[in-house]
This record gives sequence, C-alpha cells and structure tokens, in this order.
Amino acid sequence: MQAGKPILYSYFRSSCSWRVRIALALKGINYETVPINLIKDGGQQFSEEFQTLNPMKQVPALKIDGITIGQSLAIIEYLEETRPTPRLLPQDPKKRASVRMISDLIAGGIQPLQNLSVLKQVGTENQLSWAQNVICSGFDALEQILHGTAGKFCVGDEVSMADLCLVPQVANADRFKVDLNPYPTIRRINKTLLALEAFQVSHPCRQPDTPAELRA
Amino acid sequence: MMWSPQFSEEFQTLNPMKQVPALKIDGITIGQSLAIIEYLEETRPTPRLLPQDPKKRASVRMISDLIAGGIQPLQNLSVLKQVGTENQLSWAQNVICSGFDALEQILHGTAGKFCVGDEVSMADLCLVPQVANADRFKVDLNPYPTIRRINKTLLALEAFQVSHPCRQPDTPAELRA
Repeated sequence: MQAGKPILYSYFRSSCSWRVRIALALKGINYETVPINLIKDGGQQFSEEFQTLNPMKQVPALKIDGITIGQSLAIIEYLEETRPTPRLLPQDPKKRASVRMISDLIAGGIQPLQNLSVLKQVGTENQLSWAQNVICSGFDALEQILHGTAGKFCVGDEVSMADLCLVPQVANADRFKVDLNPYPTIRRINKTLLALEAFQVSHPCRQPDTPAELRA
Repeated sequence: MMWSPQFSEEFQTLNPMKQVPALKIDGITIGQSLAIIEYLEETRPTPRLLPQDPKKRASVRMISDLIAGGIQPLQNLSVLKQVGTENQLSWAQNVICSGFDALEQILHGTAGKFCVGDEVSMADLCLVPQVANADRFKVDLNPYPTIRRINKTLLALEAFQVSHPCRQPDTPAELRA
C-alpha cells in the first residue's frame, strides 16, 4: 500500500460509487479501492469500523489529503477544486447551474428513492414497481431538461458532473427493467459516454469486487 | 388540496421537475435548491455561503447533500403519498432519525458555532428547515444535542426569521406569526 494514495470505499454496483470512480479516472488520479459489500454479512457498511470512518454508513467515501469525504457530489466538487484539470464543471456560472441541477435531480431526486435501504422498507413485492416509478418520474423531467441543455453531452459538448450521474442511473434503470424508449436524449448521451475510457475502466463489471459471473 | 399547482402545465414548462423551489434570475430558471444556492454564491459572492478552504467546502457540501439528498427526498410529499396514510408518520420519523443519527456524528467533527466552523454556510441553510420538518413529524430531538444547539443559534438570525414559513406571502392565516 503506497503512502499518500487516495482510498475509495466502494461497492462495484453502487451507482454513487461509480460516479466518483469516473471522476477519478477522468482526472487521472490513482487510488486504492477498499470494497464494501452492501449485502454480505448484513451489509459491511454497518460495521463499527466503517461507521467510524463514515457515519452515513454509505458508499462512496474517499480518504484523500488527510480527510474523509462522504456524498458523491461533495467528493467530486472537492476533486474539481483541488485537481482542476480536466474540468468537470464548465466555467460559465449559468452552465454550472445546469450541471448541478441535473446532478442534483439524479443524485437527490432519483437514486436515494430507489436505493437498497428504501427498497428494503418498501417490501419485496413492491420493489420493482416502486423503483420503476421513481426512475420514470425522474427521467420524464430529465429528458425535458436535457432538451434545453444538451449538446453532445448533458450540458453542451463537454463531459461534466451531470454525465457522471447520468450513466450510473441509466444502469440502474436497466437493472430495474425500465423502458427507456420515451427517453431518446438520455439514451443517446448515455451511449456516447459509455464509449469513453473513463466510463469503461470504472464500470461495475471491471472492479476489484465484481463477482466472477458479472465480470467483463 | 384539490388543485396542485406544481402539476399545472404552466409550472411544468417553467420547471420540468414539477417541484419547488425554482428561481428565475438573470434570464434563466434554475431548479434544485443547492444548484440555486451555488449559483447565487458564484454570482453574488458576498457574504460567503461556502468557506474558502476546499476541505471545509467539502464538509459543507457533504452535510448539505446528506440533508438535501439523503433525508428530505425520502420524506417529501410525493413519497409520503405512495407510502400510504397509515405508514406516513413512522416512515418520515425513520428517515429523519437515520439521517440525524449520521448528521449528529458528523457535526461532532465539523461544528463550531455553526455546522462547519463559526461561519454560516449552505449546510446551515439545509439544517434549519430539516429540523422544522422533524418537528412537524414529531421526531424526538433529544438524541441530537448538537443539531438542536446549532438550530437554536441559527433561528435567532434575521435571515432565518424573515424567510420562516410563518412569514411568507402564502402562509395561511392560522399559521402566520
């Protein structure tokens, strides 16, 4: 273990962890992964050790520069401010607002409503329709918003934090068998992004903790 | 409420997320409260709502996201509707307590007079309204002394008073201060 290398606490399938993995890849930051299995042993995020590290008992958490940060967007904004190139937020404040609005829509308005702990409370027989409902409501709004903001990517023609949120959320949509036909802009952007290296190396199918049967 | 204006076609065109708040400013319309606040911070930088130091900024954003992404959306109106009337109170309490359990721990490391150090930040703007939600759902706040202390300090500030739900143009008469 190299001294000084950032440590990412991550679960291969966690969409929130994937966002940060993409950011680290885009910025060329070498890091170590400590896998936290959200299902095994009742959920390793509930261990006393991890809870001391991150009281939110969630992944991702990033240990970097002597601090530990939770919440994927807070991590990404910290990386942006301390390792500013390549940019993950445009220069113009109005475009930055669009990037944050889209990121918050996904990271605050969709994903938390369909994450593991909420689905547990909803009950097994309701889980699929609950998740689909939540994702479709969010994607209905997102598709409209993208009509106004999108170029090649979510906001204009540069990859931004919004794109880092989009791809993992589309993967969640696929996992919950959401029909993506009503969302042509989301599909187009997702396809373009998945072809980029940073989105591939960070993919759930290529992580240290990816189960053998799901490995690329 | 028979007529829900957030679902009107007019509002939906303005804000496809069909949610408040939305701010029309400088020729654009922004949705999502934290995106709005960060825009205001970048275009009207004083007084600061985010500290200068990147590590403290990370703490402010982490706390803000915990509340705005991890607590509030799980107990907002549309989710509670789906949960069903008989489950709503316990669902909301559960969500808020889980979040406050984590927040109280985090604040032990970050808080001074306010959530992060001794200056009011975006994190404080998230805290006070969430505590008000907790009160509305009859959450026992005794396990959260740091949250209570900071909330009390903030509520004494003018900005938190003039913006209070009890003093708005649309505050119903019976709830008006």
